[in-house]
Amino acid sequence: MGFSTTLSINGVTRTIALDDPRVTLLDLLRERLDLTGTKKGCDRGQCGACTVLVDGRRINSCLALAISLDGADVLTIEGVAQGGRLHPVQEAFIACDGLQCGFCTPGQIMSAIALLQEGLAGDDPERVREAMSGNLCRCGAYQGITEAVLKAQKALDAASRKELA
Amino acid sequence: MRSFDYVRPTTVREAVAAAAEPGAAYLASGTNILDLMKGNVSQPKRLVDITHLPGLDRIEDLSDGGVRIGALVRNADLANDANFARRFPAVAEALLSSASAQLRNAATVGGNILQRTRCAYFYDTASICNKRAPGSGCAAYAGENRHHAILGWSESCITTHPSDFCVPLVALDAIVEIEGRAGRREIPLEAFHRLPADAPDRESTLEPGEMIVAVRLPAEAAHFAAYARYLKVRDRTSYAFAVVSAAAALRIEEGIVGEARVALGGVALKPWRAREAERILIGARPEPSLFRRAATAALAEAKPSGDNAYKIELARRVVARALALATAGTPERMPALPASPFAAVSGVLANG
Repeated sequence: MGFSTTLSINGVTRTIALDDPRVTLLDLLRERLDLTGTKKGCDRGQCGACTVLVDGRRINSCLALAISLDGADVLTIEGVAQGGRLHPVQEAFIACDGLQCGFCTPGQIMSAIALLQEGLAGDDPERVREAMSGNLCRCGAYQGITEAVLKAQKALDAASRKELA
Repeated sequence: MRSFDYVRPTTVREAVAAAAEPGAAYLASGTNILDLMKGNVSQPKRLVDITHLPGLDRIEDLSDGGVRIGALVRNADLANDANFARRFPAVAEALLSSASAQLRNAATVGGNILQRTRCAYFYDTASICNKRAPGSGCAAYAGENRHHAILGWSESCITTHPSDFCVPLVALDAIVEIEGRAGRREIPLEAFHRLPADAPDRESTLEPGEMIVAVRLPAEAAHFAAYARYLKVRDRTSYAFAVVSAAAALRIEEGIVGEARVALGGVALKPWRAREAERILIGARPEPSLFRRAATAALAEAKPSGDNAYKIELARRVVARALALATAGTPERMPALPASPFAAVSGVLANG
């Protein structure tokens, strides 16, 4: 029996045929669409490496069926840089050394982008750490990750102030 | 993961009919069932995807002062709804203390109530488990059971219900609205989950095909908004299930407790309402000696199910602390670490 799902992925709408409803969004991205920036860590919703934005919200793509997300808007790490220019969160992760091996980094960055959009943590490091607790880093780069999120928050604040001025 | 048929009904009636077939299960966001299916713990023959059903994702203020929460409202959306969080702060705090931001963004209200236990033996298909394979026995009873139940357990099953959300809901007399083949019915959340007795595979009062469509909080539940907290002790600071948790909600008038609500999480196979503790609190001055007496009453029936006698004293202290926190007043802003006993001072970069 054939199925299909229509998704907007990084701004491009595609209808994808699925021969099996078991395909998760994560496997669809990695195995069918060659978008391997999104990582498969635990595949059980515990590590956050597979974090992507669906309709603007961060979720674990390993615990979502692609077929059920029919009609959704998906943003992955491949879609965050604009015209060759890194996203401010990506720049902040580099500036603050918010990574070591880099495996968890796409998930960390997607989670951080969503966190800044949610706007609930502000400049409070404790709130940032709590809000990032769904992204594990086996290298233990947490200090740099927290600093990167705070730095990106500042950069975005400054940019939005400029826009308003 | 075993293969399954996938159906996407367009009405609740169609969904109920499709899910009434043997071997069928509902799919909401899937954060729990897909995990269980990947481990072959759950093997539904058919998934009935209800995420595209209209009208189940609303938070409605009712004319009688209560609130009706659709079954597909996402945990994060409910917790971050300013009006809801202002009126039911302990519920919002419990939601924000659970799982991770990613999971809260996906997980639904109905799915939270129906989530399965996190007992490691339930998840391990090589182990015996009366919940997963009725009649096979309980591996936890003679196994690793530090986190297991201290109230309401039986030798057939000693695990706990993992929800945070359900704990303040039970304290606040939440009602579950259910749609089935025979139409609509409703039941207090407190009576919704079943204790294990000799049939731990029957986890709730839902009949085949029945679907949670909404949860209601009555108007009285908002009377506790000024003095309501959720407190949760876990093995990690964040992103962990409760070892023990408690919701405490008080009405304090002229220095005296007018009304009290207490419920515990992580102690039994259902969220545990502590009515005797509530009775002790009413009419008394809220102070530590009273909290301790109420907490002792809340755990009067507790007994260890294994290597977990420590949870009884821990639960007493969590109840007493939750009552002290509630008495201090609901914080104006959600704490940086919701429900945490280790809430650090805001603005400090390092832990400690």
